Order: sequence, then C-alpha cells, then structure tokens
Amino acid sequence: MARFMLFMYPGASAEELAEGPTLEAVEAMNRYNEELAKAGALLALDGLRPEAARVSASGVTDGPYSEAKEMVGGYWIIQAKDRDEALEWAKRVPQDANSFVEVRQIYELSEFAEDIQDAAQLSTGEPPHQTSA
Amino acid sequence: MTDRAATQRAIEAVWRIESPRLIAALARMMRDVGVAEDLAQDALVAALEKWPQSGVPENPGAWLMTAAKHRAIDLMRRSRMRDAKHAEIGFFMAVSAVDEVGEDDLLSLIFTCCHPVLSMEARVALTLRMLGGLSTPEIARAFLVPESTVAQRIVRAKKALAGVPYAAPEPEELAERLAGVLEVVYLIFNEGYAATAGEDWVRPELCEDALRLGRVISTLAPREGEVWGLLALMEIQASRIGARVARDGTPILLADQDRSRWDRLLIQRGLAALRRAEGFGLGVYGVQAAIAACHARARSAADTDWIRIAALYETLGRISPSPVVELNRVVAIGMAFGPEAGLYHLDAHVDLDGYHLLQSVRGDLLERLGRRGEARVEFERAASLTANAAERELLLARAEALA
Repeated sequence: MARFMLFMYPGASAEELAEGPTLEAVEAMNRYNEELAKAGALLALDGLRPEAARVSASGVTDGPYSEAKEMVGGYWIIQAKDRDEALEWAKRVPQDANSFVEVRQIYELSEFAEDIQDAAQLSTGEPPHQTSA
Repeated sequence: MTDRAATQRAIEAVWRIESPRLIAALARMMRDVGVAEDLAQDALVAALEKWPQSGVPENPGAWLMTAAKHRAIDLMRRSRMRDAKHAEIGFFMAVSAVDEVGEDDLLSLIFTCCHPVLSMEARVALTLRMLGGLSTPEIARAFLVPESTVAQRIVRAKKALAGVPYAAPEPEELAERLAGVLEVVYLIFNEGYAATAGEDWVRPELCEDALRLGRVISTLAPREGEVWGLLALMEIQASRIGARVARDGTPILLADQDRSRWDRLLIQRGLAALRRAEGFGLGVYGVQAAIAACHARARSAADTDWIRIAALYETLGRISPSPVVELNRVVAIGMAFGPEAGLYHLDAHVDLDGYHLLQSVRGDLLERLGRRGEARVEFERAASLTANAAERELLLARAEALA
C-alpha cells in the first residue's frame, strides 16, 4: 500500500504565522480535506503550531527563525496507488504564490534489506507509537 | 522518461480520482450507467489525445466533464431525441453545473453497481471499475481471470442494468440494498486478504481498493452503523497485512505474528470507526470488528481477552448463525477455557463436513491436548481440502511437526 506524506509549507512570514490563517483560507482547506476524505484517500492530517524549537548537539534554539518561509505548517498522510496520484492530490491543495507542498513517500518495512528489517523489529514486541488519526 | 509518458501517467492518476464522480454525474443525466461509462471513457480518450500536447488543464475534472457532455449532446442528436428519456437529458445538461456532483449521485451509482439483478461477479467488476477507478486488465489481474472474462461480465452487466430504472433504492428496501453493497465491498476485501485461489495468500492492492470504497461509503452514508462496522473491520484486519506473510510467502497465524509490525495508524482508524459503529448498535460487521479490536488491543497473543471474544462470537452466532461463526467460537472457547472445552463444544455443536478449517481447528485442539497422532491426521485432511497453495504448505508443515 503506497502511502505518502504531503507537507504544507505556507511560506508565510513570522507575523503572518502569528496572526493565523484567514477564514477564507480555512474554508478552502476544509473543502480540500473533505475532497480527500470523500475519495477515501485521507488517512490522517494535522496542522502545526508555528512556535518552534530546534534541538541539536549544541543545545536548544527557540524560533522564530530567519528562514520562517521554509517551515512546515501541516501535513496529510494519504493512500495513493502511486506517486502520480499523490502528485495529483498535491496539485489540488489550496495555495498562494508563496506556498508549496512537498510530496514524500512513506517507507514500507519490506523495502529494506532483511537484516535492516530484523534490526527494526522491536525486541519487546511492543507496538511503536504512531500518530493518531 | 519522456514528457509524454509523464503526461500519460498524470492522466491515469486524474482518471482514478475523477472517474467515479464523472460517471455518477453522467449517469444522473443519462439515466443509464452503461451509457454514462461509455461517455466518460470517450472523455478519457479525448484527454489522452489532447493533454500530451496542451498539458494537463488547471481543472482536469471539469475538462473531462465538459468533454463528456459534448459527447452526450452528439449522442442525443444522433438518437434524434426519439424518446422522452433523452429529451430529458437536454434539460439536465442545461441546468447542471459542470462540477456539481451531489453525494446522492455517487450513492445512486454505488447502489446501481451492486444491484440485485446482477451476478455477484458482475457487481464486483462494476464496482471496482466505476467506483474504484480500476481498468478491466487491473480487475482481471486482481481476480486471476482472463481480461475477456471481465470485459464480458461488464458488457453483460451494463445490458442487464439498461432495463433497471436508474435511481437510489426506496426507503423500505434501503437496509437490504445497503447490506448488498457492503457485501460486495467485503468480498473484494476478503479476496485480497485471504485469497481463495492462486499462489499468493494475500493481495494487498485489493484490500486497499476495498478499504477505499469503505471509506467513501462512510462519508456518503455516515448514519448507517454497519457502514462504520465494516470500515472498522477492514481497517483493523488490514493493519495486520504486513505481519501475516513470512519472507518465503508462507502465512503467519495471528498468535505468531510480530505485533510491532501491525499498522498502528490503521488500528487507530479502525478503533475510531468502531466507536462510531457502537453508537448505532453493532450489527454483523460491527461485532466482527469488535472481535478484531480485541486482538488489536492485546499487546501479545497471551494478553488476548478470549472470554470477551467467545462472548462476541456467541452474539454473532445469534444475529448471523453460520458454521464458520460456530467454528470460531470453538477456537475462542478453547483459548478462554482450555482445549478440552473447545473440543467438547466442537464435537457437540459443529457440523462442517469437508471444510478444511474444521480439521485444522480440531487438529489444533488435539495437539494442545497432547493427542498428537489424531492431530496429525486432522492437519493432513485439512491440507487435502484447501485450494490455496500457501495454506496447504502451512497445514502440511504442522502435520509434519507432529510426525
């Protein structure tokens, strides 16, 4: 089953992000989400708050960052037959001149070599936590 | 890869997304599913001719709809509006906006594809083709039959439907017709989940198609409990697909599966759908989903709430009695109260002569009671009765282990 993650990059400035989306933008996005659901393609989606912190070996840096336009604003997980169908859905995301959508296919365990698959197997048999839908 | 090939694939992707709505809207206008599908196909051919040069249009769905409508007008002129049915079309085309596809249109299309005048094979083929966006070769591959067989089924089905008024069912027959639709969807799912023929035990693409149909129907008929029940059942069962088959293609039974490979996203979706179903009172699919949920919630096979599962099978046996349900109840009783109780219930209440799963379950109970010789005979009989190669291997291996 091919699964894709669509990342929304709203391309908004820090001020615009702080203000939040307009009613029109929310309505347009809602229509899009409904279209995905009605086609049976939607598995999960979430919008992300703009406050960000980056954690690295050198410590924690709080946002906003200068390259705020390259921040993820939300994501969808969709089921699609192939990459072309995922791209077709991405083309339908309501966008403005500054935004873009990145399409990434989700790895299936079966794509990896057998030793990697075995290493990925959890020793406890405990299911890994995944996003709720 | 050439641009042309890329465009071709983009067109196929657009088709998969747009064709159900396109056919549904055309069927409403033409009052005939067969004609609607032919018109939609004509529009696809037009796109395949034009788009490689012009590029994929901004709103490809609207483009396809316009192209199909032009062909509808041509068709109407040729038929010189000889009957009232076609006179009506002019009116419909004048008033219906291009992108106006109501949910009722899609529901009518689903009910028509699953109409009781059609054979089960025809319902499956039509549903996958018109609602799943699958091509005839894809359907043929999925069901391991020649393309010509599927093509014939579709042609015959369209003919049979020409004599049936195109409409959603009357309220008094709605429940029965809806059950018929869900049956078709679950049949598609099961053919993918536990193939009855062929070399592969699972064909995930078919499960995916069925799940998608189930999700579509849940948005169209959200007040029908069994719609959610079936969706829950399919989501939870599908969550185990990655854990059900070993690398060499042999099936892995539920108890032996690596639960870390169960798909948590599908389980969460399934449990959410089950909660919706419970709000309406559980039917046949809902109870089965509740059973599947017991397994999904168990961290290990040993943690499984078999007492609850046995009780749910008893409920299922009351709403929908069948030998298979009784057999599963036997398994649950055996797990909840021990193999002796299971064997007692099986021999006292179940009659499934010549059904391979009976021998398999009986073998399992006997093995747990230490009656190895008898167990081996049962597994061998079960192996001789199944038509699925992978399953036969598994059963023979179990018999071998008892030698």
